[in-house]
Amino acid sequence: MATKIFMEALSPTMEEGRLVKWLKNEGDAVKSGEPLAEVETDKAIMELVARGDGVLRKRLLGEGESSPVGTLVGVIATKDENIDSLLADGGGAKQPEPKPDNSQPKAESREPKAESPQPRAATPEPKAESPQPMAAEGSRAKSSPLARRMASEKGVDIGSLQGSGPGGRIIKRDIESAQTSGPKAASQKPRAEGDYQDLPLTQIRKTIAKRLSESIGPIPTFYLTAEFDLTRVVETREAMLELGDEYKVSINDILMKAVATALAQHPEVNAHWLGDRIRLFNRVHLGMAVATDDGLIVPVIFDADSKRLSEIAKESRALAKLARERKLKPEQYTGSTFSLSNLGMMQIDHFTAIINPPEVGILAVGAAADVPVVVDGELHTRKRLRVTMSCDHRAVDGAVGARFLQTLRRMIENPLMLVF
Amino acid sequence: MPVITYRDALNQALREEMQRDDRVFLMGEEVAVYQGAYKVSKGLLQEFGEMRVVDTPITELGFAGVGVGAAMAGLRPVIEFMTWNFGVLALDQVLNAASKMLYMSGGQYPMPMVFRGPNGAALQLSAQHSQAFESWLAHMPGVKVVTPGTPYDAKGLLKSAIRDDNPVLFLEGEMLYNTKGEVPEAEYTIPIGKAELKREGEHCSIITNGKMALVAMQVADQLAKEDIRVDVVDLRTVRPMDVEAITTSVQKTNRAVVLEEGWELAGIGAQVVDYIQRECFDDLDAPVIRVHQADVPMPYAKNLEKLAKPDAAKTIAAVKKVMYLD
Repeated sequence: MATKIFMEALSPTMEEGRLVKWLKNEGDAVKSGEPLAEVETDKAIMELVARGDGVLRKRLLGEGESSPVGTLVGVIATKDENIDSLLADGGGAKQPEPKPDNSQPKAESREPKAESPQPRAATPEPKAESPQPMAAEGSRAKSSPLARRMASEKGVDIGSLQGSGPGGRIIKRDIESAQTSGPKAASQKPRAEGDYQDLPLTQIRKTIAKRLSESIGPIPTFYLTAEFDLTRVVETREAMLELGDEYKVSINDILMKAVATALAQHPEVNAHWLGDRIRLFNRVHLGMAVATDDGLIVPVIFDADSKRLSEIAKESRALAKLARERKLKPEQYTGSTFSLSNLGMMQIDHFTAIINPPEVGILAVGAAADVPVVVDGELHTRKRLRVTMSCDHRAVDGAVGARFLQTLRRMIENPLMLVF
Repeated sequence: MPVITYRDALNQALREEMQRDDRVFLMGEEVAVYQGAYKVSKGLLQEFGEMRVVDTPITELGFAGVGVGAAMAGLRPVIEFMTWNFGVLALDQVLNAASKMLYMSGGQYPMPMVFRGPNGAALQLSAQHSQAFESWLAHMPGVKVVTPGTPYDAKGLLKSAIRDDNPVLFLEGEMLYNTKGEVPEAEYTIPIGKAELKREGEHCSIITNGKMALVAMQVADQLAKEDIRVDVVDLRTVRPMDVEAITTSVQKTNRAVVLEEGWELAGIGAQVVDYIQRECFDDLDAPVIRVHQADVPMPYAKNLEKLAKPDAAKTIAAVKKVMYLD
């Protein structure tokens, strides 16, 4: 039986995809799950995989061309099966899609329609004979009840996963593998119960949120700037370098480690503003802004507080590389609890960053510079670093942000605290 | 521990209970002189005499009614049906008399009686003599329905059934009578309403009862060779059902296959699945799959009969499906 290949929604927000490269030629045998083509989404380059076994009989979309999600882009069938009828109605035909309900936000409008005439992904056969264009079909991500429970307990964003069950159902093993590839990899340390804690909004918090939003945009932001002495960070880094190249870390790595460690002590800034409550996270997933040719993207170092400096150094380099190559998977750039943006390498002395909602804070890091300072009445040259934290005033008050920066300062100025 | 047949285990249970309590008596077709159509009552006539081991005419409704009357008068009858396929003729006495007597008499007449006999398919007995009745019987309140799969369970449960003050419908199996298993010499009983975990594993639960418990154990042993380890929950009693045993297992394994001998619609498995969806919704990683007899009268032809019956191969396929391995 023939399997239609549709342009699938390969990121949560993808509406159209550009076919970068076919990985199979017409006439090649393909197996279900095998990559057929590379597709550029709005965020990254992803693989479009076969949903059935057979021979790639027809490629309907040329390399470099784009098509909306749900468009027929090819056909898999047996070697001499007649596919004319598929092509006839499929040339420009879109895969039938449930009508979006305009009154609802996009994600919620994806209710599967029981009467929809298309072949449903929920056919009992897990065999990939039926098209099963689950992502493109526009239905909500199907998942087992256990998978949903595990995802919420472990703080995994289930919408960012690709299911491996029949019809793309997200099942236990998908959550487990998301765990091992993402957050779980870090050495576990004892944590507070659960991944986060929701604080109901007190009346005063509600009033602050409302009044300040009226005053300045939807996120009433304020900024806290501090200058840290980097003398010991530099010493530490140099001392490590003396041990050999494998101990090489950047100032930014040390900074990230310090931020993550400080965040673990200040859950009130390691938080999300959710409108009716504030979610304080018990785990630190640190977003790191990376500039790419196409624009800014923020990959995430999961459980950064429990990772060693060397792990952070390695992971941040790997993520930055993936980001520049546009190869980040959605689960690698969603789920951060706080973000860091560093323009120091571009000789920016000091700047303010824009909060990545629903996070409540972001730290903007400028360039380290030698500056004159007075120590014990005498003039000295010291390497100093200026950081500015943008805070969402609905969730974070000035003193709360300032206390976080105090902790961060102690750590930066005494980096041995990070190995304690 | 002695290894004896299921048949002998039942025989021991009857003998011990008749020795223990002289109100207990056995009645049915061919139970006395012929020593039982399946020799379950072997030697009982000689030991207890014809007042307590009573041959009846071929009138299931009649002797079931005599049993109900005897129970009302204070005796503890054990009514044998040559098979439950004949027992359906007595259903009016079971359903309208025995199961309701305590209730409709305002508690005046307990029904300390057992209806027992082989249930389900044997080999090539064709459509009318190959039926599994547990779901029909378990449907009614006022009775207990017991389906032992092993000699050990058969003996311990029959003794409990005879001592129970409620009507107990005791479902044996023609294909079980010759099976063997360890049965202790010392006195023991098994509580009605308690399942047993017959194999332990973390990957999938197989929930079953009666003769299918043997199939489930074979399945468990075969799957173990592929490193798939399953729980086999043998319900043993289907009314009342041991819901806790079901949910404990499914909460551990996150997936379940329900194996039963009868037909699909309104089968025992349908009830098991209902408990699972209610109690274990958030624990499920896959839809529960049922394995049961095909929805046809049992074919006589050997090849078709084999296709119609639930078996190890079908159960293994179901386990792999709920584990997403197919």
